[in-house]
Amino acid sequence: MVLSMIGRMIEAMNLTKDYGEKRAVNEVSFSVRPGIVTGFLGPNGSGKSTTMRLILGLDAPSSGDVRVNGKHYREHVAPLHEVGALLEARSVHTGRSAYNHLLALAQTHGIPRSRVDEMIDLVGLREVARKRAGQFSLGMGQRLGIAAALLGDPATVMLDEPVNGLDPEGVHWIRNLLKQLARDGRTVFVSSHLMSEMALTADHLIVIGRGRLIADLSVEEFVRKASGERVLVRTPQATRLRELVLGPDVSVVSDEAGVLEVQGLTSRGVGEIAAANGIVLYELVPVQASLEEAFMELTRDDVEFKSIETQQREELAA
Amino acid sequence: MSSATAVVSIPRLPASGRVTQARVVLSEWTKFVSLRSTRWSLGVGLLLTIAFPLIFAAVTATHWAHMSAHDRADRHPLDIALAGVNVGQLAIAVLGVLMITGEYSTGMIRSTLIAVPRRLPVLWAKLGLYAVVSLVLMLPAVLISFFASQSILAGHHILQISFGAPGVARSVIGGALYVVLVGVFALAIGSILRNTAGGIATFAGIFFVIPPLMNVLPTSWNNAISKYLPSEAGRQLFSLHHGAHSLSPLWGGLLMLGYCVAAIAVAAVLLVRRDA
Repeated sequence: MVLSMIGRMIEAMNLTKDYGEKRAVNEVSFSVRPGIVTGFLGPNGSGKSTTMRLILGLDAPSSGDVRVNGKHYREHVAPLHEVGALLEARSVHTGRSAYNHLLALAQTHGIPRSRVDEMIDLVGLREVARKRAGQFSLGMGQRLGIAAALLGDPATVMLDEPVNGLDPEGVHWIRNLLKQLARDGRTVFVSSHLMSEMALTADHLIVIGRGRLIADLSVEEFVRKASGERVLVRTPQATRLRELVLGPDVSVVSDEAGVLEVQGLTSRGVGEIAAANGIVLYELVPVQASLEEAFMELTRDDVEFKSIETQQREELAA
Repeated sequence: MSSATAVVSIPRLPASGRVTQARVVLSEWTKFVSLRSTRWSLGVGLLLTIAFPLIFAAVTATHWAHMSAHDRADRHPLDIALAGVNVGQLAIAVLGVLMITGEYSTGMIRSTLIAVPRRLPVLWAKLGLYAVVSLVLMLPAVLISFFASQSILAGHHILQISFGAPGVARSVIGGALYVVLVGVFALAIGSILRNTAGGIATFAGIFFVIPPLMNVLPTSWNNAISKYLPSEAGRQLFSLHHGAHSLSPLWGGLLMLGYCVAAIAVAAVLLVRRDA
């Protein structure tokens, strides 16, 4: 069964949030569509969690607006049916059992106990459901948070760093879950600071850095854009080809004799130059940047806290 | 966790319900009874409220023969019966603070406010629930204290007072009402401060530190001001005799109620306005 897709969206308009002097989210506008997994990507401290808090009405925006399924989150009569959320910050009383935690949330909406049991089974917490949540491992806590998020069978699912603390099996499970939620027709919005994770699950990406929107595009577009035009060429006439292709927008690097990496031309462009000049090519391969590289490239100037190592490397390079 | 590798299929929820005040009360009840700290605080509060008068009565009865006339005159049966109120209120106040600050310290408040984003129904539910629970526990506690301490004293034929005597029933029931108001006030303080230590310290400051500090003031000032303090005003609910410088039970009780309403109003405004 596919949910109706009309109006099932998250829509942010010039969303801004200041905490004292610090601007955590800066004039961000985007919309998250149903039926696909939208990744919310950015370095730690870039404003992802704040944006999610604004969407849920936990914090009020300093300016701008954000709506879920056409209304402010607060205005919904049954919010848990609209949005199911997993926050990065702890959101469970440590002294209460997983079962009672979910039951208390379910009761606010008149959701039956049978649904609580269903969710406990879904996330695999049956054996520890009566244990106090304070004794849970990080992974078990994440599973409990996901059970809470899905309790109301929400049209929109929003998860902040859901794979944090999960074992490989759990990570695999989350990926399948996210895809299934999107297949059901739900709006799925997932944040991560790990590009590789997004590469495996997301169809679309919203990238932020230092509170600003950097990119809003499909995953394929993201890679294409970030890798630019880069071609790997293997030829016995490397020196000659190098001279021929070099230009104001084209650079060439060579790490190995007989191999050139051409930046700024398509494989077709390089092939045509080679053919026109009678140069033999053994290999002509367009190079795709890995998503990780693409992400680093896009957010390089927007990482709030660089490691000392990165800073030193940059200073050396300068 | 065997389901982790299975093909994920999310069961659908056939019917969808809206958030109502009654449902939020039920949810808060589940939260209330599913914490160990709740059971402990209420148990201790109840125990102190009943045990103190019994010990007090037993000690008075056994020492009566050796007590001076002055000491004997100092003992009043109602003071004995309600000796537990002053101690029991502390447990009720601490639990009142914890009911809300416990959610902030653990992060539970985020889950709560995501489920009930209008927020105020949560505050009303907590206040109403706590008022009813503390009344249902404290009313029998003070009645048991009264009749049990009286029966201990009756065994020695001393300090007998009738429940029907003027002001006695009002004082005994007033003792329970006072503790209920204290619990509600403490909950509102907790909601304003959102911090367990701060909430308890503020409550203790208002109820236990400021009143004795008033004694450093000139007597005329002390007499003029002290009666309006929440602790002094509230105390009139369960005092049999009222001095020249204290309010009547009715006005004292109403003033204490007024402090509660004011604290609740501040808590409500802040709950809606502040970032969670």
